[in-house]
Amino acid sequence: MSNLPIRPPEQTWRTSPFTHSLIIALWFSLLFFPFKGLEAAGILFIVLFAALFLLSILKKRGVVVKETITNFKKYFPALKFPESKTRSITLILIMSAVVLALPLYGRDYLIDIAVLSGIYIILSQGLNIVVGFTGLLNLGFVAFYAIGAYSYALLNTKLGIGFWASMPLALALVTLSGFILAIPALRLRGDYLAIVTLGFGEIVRLVLNNWDSLTKGPNGISGIEPPLLFGIHIGKLSHFYYFILIFVLLAVFIIRRVADSRIGRAWIAIREDEIASSSIGINTTAYKLYSFAFGAFWAGVAGILFAAKMQFVSPESFTFMESVLILCMVILGGLGSIPGVLLGAIILVMLPEMLREVQLYRMLALGSGLVLLMIFRPQGLLGGKGVSFRS
Amino acid sequence: MFTQQLINGLTLGGVYALIALGYTMVYGVLELINFAHGEIYMLGAYLGIIFLAFFTALGLTSYSLPLALLLTFILSVVFCSSYGFTIEKIAYKPLRNAPRLSPLISAIGVSIFLQNYVMLTQGATDKIFPHLFEKTGLELMGTSVTFTQIFIIAVSAVLMFFLNLFITKTKMGKAMRAVAQDKVMSSLVGINIDTVISVTFIIGSGLAAVAGLMVAVYYGLVNYSIGYIAGIKAFTAAVLGGIGSIPGAMFGGILLGLVESLSAGYISSEYKDAYAFVILIIILLIKPSGLFGKTQEEKV
Repeated sequence: MSNLPIRPPEQTWRTSPFTHSLIIALWFSLLFFPFKGLEAAGILFIVLFAALFLLSILKKRGVVVKETITNFKKYFPALKFPESKTRSITLILIMSAVVLALPLYGRDYLIDIAVLSGIYIILSQGLNIVVGFTGLLNLGFVAFYAIGAYSYALLNTKLGIGFWASMPLALALVTLSGFILAIPALRLRGDYLAIVTLGFGEIVRLVLNNWDSLTKGPNGISGIEPPLLFGIHIGKLSHFYYFILIFVLLAVFIIRRVADSRIGRAWIAIREDEIASSSIGINTTAYKLYSFAFGAFWAGVAGILFAAKMQFVSPESFTFMESVLILCMVILGGLGSIPGVLLGAIILVMLPEMLREVQLYRMLALGSGLVLLMIFRPQGLLGGKGVSFRS
Repeated sequence: MFTQQLINGLTLGGVYALIALGYTMVYGVLELINFAHGEIYMLGAYLGIIFLAFFTALGLTSYSLPLALLLTFILSVVFCSSYGFTIEKIAYKPLRNAPRLSPLISAIGVSIFLQNYVMLTQGATDKIFPHLFEKTGLELMGTSVTFTQIFIIAVSAVLMFFLNLFITKTKMGKAMRAVAQDKVMSSLVGINIDTVISVTFIIGSGLAAVAGLMVAVYYGLVNYSIGYIAGIKAFTAAVLGGIGSIPGAMFGGILLGLVESLSAGYISSEYKDAYAFVILIIILLIKPSGLFGKTQEEKV
């Protein structure tokens, strides 16, 4: 029933564009006034009024606004990759050359950001499995990332187990925690599930923060060994870059394969219509479990890599904001689109670095960006039109 | 010790209940977890400090403290309600027919925006609410109850009483209940859904503002980040009572406040913030409809 379009009564707004923009600008500067004083509110008023008035005049003059929107949609239909095969192959070759040769021409700073992007790509691909493919909103994804990072940190510093030996242990633990969280997930609908996962994430962070005897609380764990490969410690940044690159390729490849398999199709079926998919014989419970555990697995991989890269972990890196950031990567890129999410992760890691000067306004932009994205392009940069959330 | 924690819990519970009411009302009419609601509460606390400082600068506070406080109260509530109204118009209204996840993500965006908006304009450090009342109170059976606590409990009770009256007795309250039951049907019988939703946001935000103000008076400190955790706890309270149910939110808020202060007193205060989450998860597992909620059959 609630899916029926509800048409509000036609707006009988008979004021001129001048008064209209005047009222809106006045309203917003009035709301702003107590926080920054009269002068700032005045500036806001003038800017807002000018912008709104200009926009309404343009709107009157032949619906320019609508045209720009359609134009925008025309030029960026879904930012599709080139159609012809040779062109796409050249594009892939150029891109892989740029990526592979990065340590040769990039400064350390750039490589560092690239390594960070790599970790976030794995993380967001993991979240994409849960949110994008299966349609279960997970707001506590950072918990798995934290469990992975802390497992390696603890195994390494307390027991002296190396990178490769701790990896299966840590990943088993993370996957298990994914299963544990999935148990409530199976019973709950969309937004309730979001809150439970959020609670899970917060509980994990609080435990890490307060269990002083094991995790050293807010001080974090330092002195984690970098991974050992062919007898050498991968401590050098450029080496680590290639190391991460291998994991990123592995993650994208495996996730791609799984998404195209029977399991992946079952996930998408569940996302589109849970009741229908269970009626055609998909065991929705089991597939939701797999989705959670598989997503958690990749978060664990990212966590281990993060701990190995930073050689230090603390609860500060695993806040709710981090979960939101990863979610933003997935949504920006396009739910359920592997190349999209890859792009989203790179954009959201690179953008704040490029906008260092306006660092302060970064989160402000992220917040308003989320709202605007939901209103104007809910499918993200590369997402298809088919993605919908119903449950 | 026990009665002391009981009083503390009641105070806290009153505040949670006021915020939870906003969650539950919005969920009732829109089926949306209004993530930004906690930030409205934070805005209320900040606006209280700002207006009180303004009146102190004018000299009104030294002339008549109750008058200054009353004006601060009214102005904060009016401003917060306006914020709630505006947020709904900008961030939720365009998404009313969108998939369910869209408004939730939009709400998270609003929440991030408001936190950083306050941080940028007011600074990242704690703000101090001027010390107005002496820490005096009553001694009851070996328990001290400050006047601030009595004030908080009384104000919460009065507001909840009037809200209940509004929902059950007025025409607008009736319209609200109708919209909560079925949007399409209520629009067909001539209820203006947009107005009802706006009124819901205005009332909910006003209540959150009162909660924020009282917390600012109670703790004497506010920070731009208080909205998040308070919001989550209030949401827990709303779910505890059965989301969408107004008496449920009141009851859930008070229960949560009691549980939190008692467990902080008797078990461990380090995990103070985790109890709410644990309770939330347990309830959602055992009885997702909450204590007062109705179980809903899923329709195909």
